Amino acid sequence: MRAARLIITAVNEQWAMTAAQVTTGFATSVIACGCEAGVEAVLAPEETPDGRPGVSVLVFTMGPKGLEDQLIRRVGQCVMTCPTTACFDGLGETTRENRLKIGGALRYFGNGFQISKKLEGKRYWRIPVMEGEFLVEESFGMQKAIGGGNLLILGQDNAAALAAAERAVDAIRPLRDVILPFPGGIARSGSQVGSKYKFLRASTNVAYCPMLRAQVETALPESVNSVYEIVIDGLSETAIRAAMRVGIEAAAQAGVARISAGNYGGTLGQFHFHLREIMGTQIHTDTR
Amino acid sequence: MGCIACIAAMRDEAASDVVTLRLRAGSSIPVEADTICPDLFIGRSEAEIAALPAFYGRRQVTLGDLFEVDGAYSDHIVMWDATDDPGGLRRVKRIGQRMSRGRIVVHGDAGMHLGAEMRGGEIVVHGSTSTWAGAHMAGGILRVDGNAGPMLGAAYPGEIRGMRGGVIFVRGSVGPRAGERMRRGMIVVGGDAGEFSGARMIAGSLFVFGTLGARAGAGMKRGTIVAVNGRAEALLPTFRYACTSQVTFMRVYLRRLWEHDCQLPITDAHVSGAYHRYTGDITTLGKGEILIYAEH
Repeated sequence: MRAARLIITAVNEQWAMTAAQVTTGFATSVIACGCEAGVEAVLAPEETPDGRPGVSVLVFTMGPKGLEDQLIRRVGQCVMTCPTTACFDGLGETTRENRLKIGGALRYFGNGFQISKKLEGKRYWRIPVMEGEFLVEESFGMQKAIGGGNLLILGQDNAAALAAAERAVDAIRPLRDVILPFPGGIARSGSQVGSKYKFLRASTNVAYCPMLRAQVETALPESVNSVYEIVIDGLSETAIRAAMRVGIEAAAQAGVARISAGNYGGTLGQFHFHLREIMGTQIHTDTR
Repeated sequence: MGCIACIAAMRDEAASDVVTLRLRAGSSIPVEADTICPDLFIGRSEAEIAALPAFYGRRQVTLGDLFEVDGAYSDHIVMWDATDDPGGLRRVKRIGQRMSRGRIVVHGDAGMHLGAEMRGGEIVVHGSTSTWAGAHMAGGILRVDGNAGPMLGAAYPGEIRGMRGGVIFVRGSVGPRAGERMRRGMIVVGGDAGEFSGARMIAGSLFVFGTLGARAGAGMKRGTIVAVNGRAEALLPTFRYACTSQVTFMRVYLRRLWEHDCQLPITDAHVSGAYHRYTGDITTLGKGEILIYAEH
């Protein structure tokens, strides 16, 4: 996968977060949404290029072209339209082929009145808007990334499973370089690859559906009656391992029968995260 | 003569951290010394540096005739006035012309064309400088602790574009026509800027922390001139008032400027405050802007 980091700033944290939430809306799955995206961290004014409160957002796609397309759409429709915001690249210096022209494409909205500013090798575009001006960087960095790290939390009942998943999300959220793209960080409708219907690329994960226990080859122990999935996208294997570890540690309490992970026959990607191995090694966690 | 390896080893042994040039004696005759350039010093021994040509008035001499040279094989040059003539370096023109690397530190005033056409590296002047400093500059940093003369970062007569990259910091004031025909880059003036600052500007940014002189931006096509402290003499009637609002890009620029030079009088109010925006010059393209800080 490929990923980019946006730093969205605004007059206050509320507006920065509003823009970030809208930008990362409808971005739970690359298959159906075009990208997976989420809020990575809330940034203090000292951490942002313009000294205002900010939010960093990670966006993941399967390839570079899709990432550029998604960023242009999302920054153009969700950040530029949001009051007082500005948008900066959060990945820093990358090679020329790993730059995506985002502000350079959005500038045309200025209808010829856009203003270019170049500071220390970075080009910014000032696009006149009704409120004042929208400041956006010409290009954004892109890097290789990993999507689809996941935890399956198998609970004895729905309340216990949800509480465990919430604890895992709370533990993972402070970590940098990872996002949880699903609503509130939790997916209740985990999927399997393929379907009996030819037109569908994914369908409900029957092996983990308690209500299908008697009809399919189930992966659920007898005591399990509800399952939640936490999907983790990260900029590195280390970041995902760290997130999985703290998630498991937080989730493993009474009411949880098992914590597992979907490996989809090992065909989901080149990275395999073995839970026992993750829990057996010390991993440095970078918190925000 | 030995083998190449031996020569390289001898050169390493002879290399110094800096090459020091001390003016030998005071004189009223101007000196043209575009050979005082890190690009030329880096590969030369002390004797070879001393043999580099310069002009003393109309007479061709060597750097060794004019300066006591100490050091070799370095792109870091330190210049000192003659002990009996403080201010003598003011007569030395074209210091750092066309340099692309290294560093020059001038202890005293520097003459005309300082850093003209420079493409990289850094020049620091612990004094003032004269006309045409940074003319046609394309990269690097030029810092002047004192004042700068007219035509700072400007274009030579007949040339279409002046400064096209890099940054010029002047702690004091600058003469008329700073940034004339500037195409890109940034000029920061801690004091006042003379008349016609940013005249015929094509793009780029000019920040003035003192008073912006009259007729600023005359004939400018694009680019930004900022009176950061809100003090500007009369603008040309060919600039039209647009609005008073906060300017997001100023936040980015002023924060970076402060990181470059924390002695610049930048306050939080400058960073987050509103600016009057005037656009012009409508006798040309009219897409330039003059921003004047609006008092709270």
